[in-house]
Amino acid sequence: MNPQILAATTGRILRQLRHDRRTIALMLLVPVVLLTLLYFMFDDQPQIFDRIALVMLGVFPFIIMFLVTSIAMLRERTTGTLERLLTTPLGKVDLLFGYGIAFGLAAAVQAAVASAVAYWLFGLDTQGSPALVMLIAVVNAVLGVALGLLCSAFARTEFQAVQFLPVVAFPQIMLCGLFVARDQMVGWLEAISDVLPLSYAVEALQEVGVHSDPTGTMWRDLAIVAGAVIVALVLAAATLRRRTA
Amino acid sequence: MDTAIEVRDLVIERGKRTVLHGFSCTIPRGSVTGLLGPSGSGKTTLMRAIVGVQIVKSGSITVFGEPAGSASLRRRMGYLTQAPSVYADLTVRENARYFAALHGLGAAEADQAVADVGLKQAAGQLVATLSGGQRSRASLACAIIGEPDLLVLDEPTVGQDPVLRDELWKRFQEMASNGATLLVSSHVMDEAARCERLLLIREGRLIADDTPAAVRASAGTDDLDEAFLRLIRAQEVAA
Ligand SMILES: Nc1ncnc2c1ncn2[C@@H]1O[C@H](COP(=O)(O)OP(=O)(O)OP(=O)(O)O)[C@@H](O)[C@H]1O
Ligand SMILES: [Mg+2]
Repeated sequence: MNPQILAATTGRILRQLRHDRRTIALMLLVPVVLLTLLYFMFDDQPQIFDRIALVMLGVFPFIIMFLVTSIAMLRERTTGTLERLLTTPLGKVDLLFGYGIAFGLAAAVQAAVASAVAYWLFGLDTQGSPALVMLIAVVNAVLGVALGLLCSAFARTEFQAVQFLPVVAFPQIMLCGLFVARDQMVGWLEAISDVLPLSYAVEALQEVGVHSDPTGTMWRDLAIVAGAVIVALVLAAATLRRRTA
Repeated sequence: MDTAIEVRDLVIERGKRTVLHGFSCTIPRGSVTGLLGPSGSGKTTLMRAIVGVQIVKSGSITVFGEPAGSASLRRRMGYLTQAPSVYADLTVRENARYFAALHGLGAAEADQAVADVGLKQAAGQLVATLSGGQRSRASLACAIIGEPDLLVLDEPTVGQDPVLRDELWKRFQEMASNGATLLVSSHVMDEAARCERLLLIREGRLIADDTPAAVRASAGTDDLDEAFLRLIRAQEVAA
């Protein structure tokens, strides 16, 4: 890893994003629109709004960053920029971390806007601090980036890349404990849920919901998600080959 | 002759086909070597192998005494892919400055390269909005930043007008006289005449490795186009 190359790569990815105003607008507005829908859906049941909105704040950045990263990385492959980058002093880790940092920063902005709206406009109520919610949201976003980088190695076309969203994200969302509590699932489903990183992200969010101070469980869960990020990045580096056929 | 690149018995398979069949050649340092051959003959494949992004079945490639693709070589090399490979959602200047930064070079070198390819006026324009020829030049600018020791250029002048082609070739020759080694692929024979050496490749086999004058002499014609045709026919008869 080379700090100067990493910084240049992060800056380049953010600059690409900056030229795409519409994507920025969508990134910031869509969570707000969905929160608004949720707010009016559970107009007279604020506890349910609190429960779902909290999880949504954490899960949304995961989904968006997964998609954005898969497409961005696929574009690097299909436009030949990846091939060219691999003939320069850039290390694979510089590229992967560059994406992680750049989209992690974008996710931080997204989470800040969405949290501000949820807490101030819609009166979201959590025992723990909104800062913790945002921290978890950013770690989730980086998890999305890492899995997106990994999956893009297996996609040859944009059509394939978007299909990885239902494959990678939906089962995690379905089994994360939002729809059915994890300990009430049949054994084999719970076992699957136990190895999916998003389950721990959601548990961490729920801990923030009911405890005023960060709990040991929350930190453990966050560490597990961070561990999953590292594993996904290592696998992504292993599947990113300098030489191709 | 001081050797920059030495290719020995290179065999490359792509898909189910053997694209290079035991290909050997040497490329001298501080000169412009032209790589010519029909479409599909393996020029891009050879270049990819030299810059270290192509899986090689057997054989060896040594660049400046080191195996092709090694980390220290990547610091000294510029590669222009056949299809322009620049970020469409960045400006020409932003692209050049990014590739400069990857080589530890600054904005001044990047801006110089943009000027060298005649894109000074369009430096602030998004690559997505450039014309086809401009986009190729933006890609070329990113390869020549800081005059690397080795430049591998895959059809750098395609789609450019005669005046620009002339300027670009003068720039290539200037870089070679400053000590850089250039390997340039082309389909255009008047460009071949500007090279110090020519590699003629056909169906993955080397059919000539010589100076343009020697190629003309051995084919018995002054016209390089005609010389190339004769060499190909001679090889077909022999085969
Ligand atoms: N990814 C690939 N998979 C399988 N075969 C390939 C692949 N890329 C190229 N080939 C084949 O390898 C051969 C050599 O291709 P190459 O791109 O090196 O030709 P070229 O000399 O550069 O041609 P051109 O002048 O048209 O650019 C061609 O027959 C081509 O069809
Ligand atoms: Mg080619």
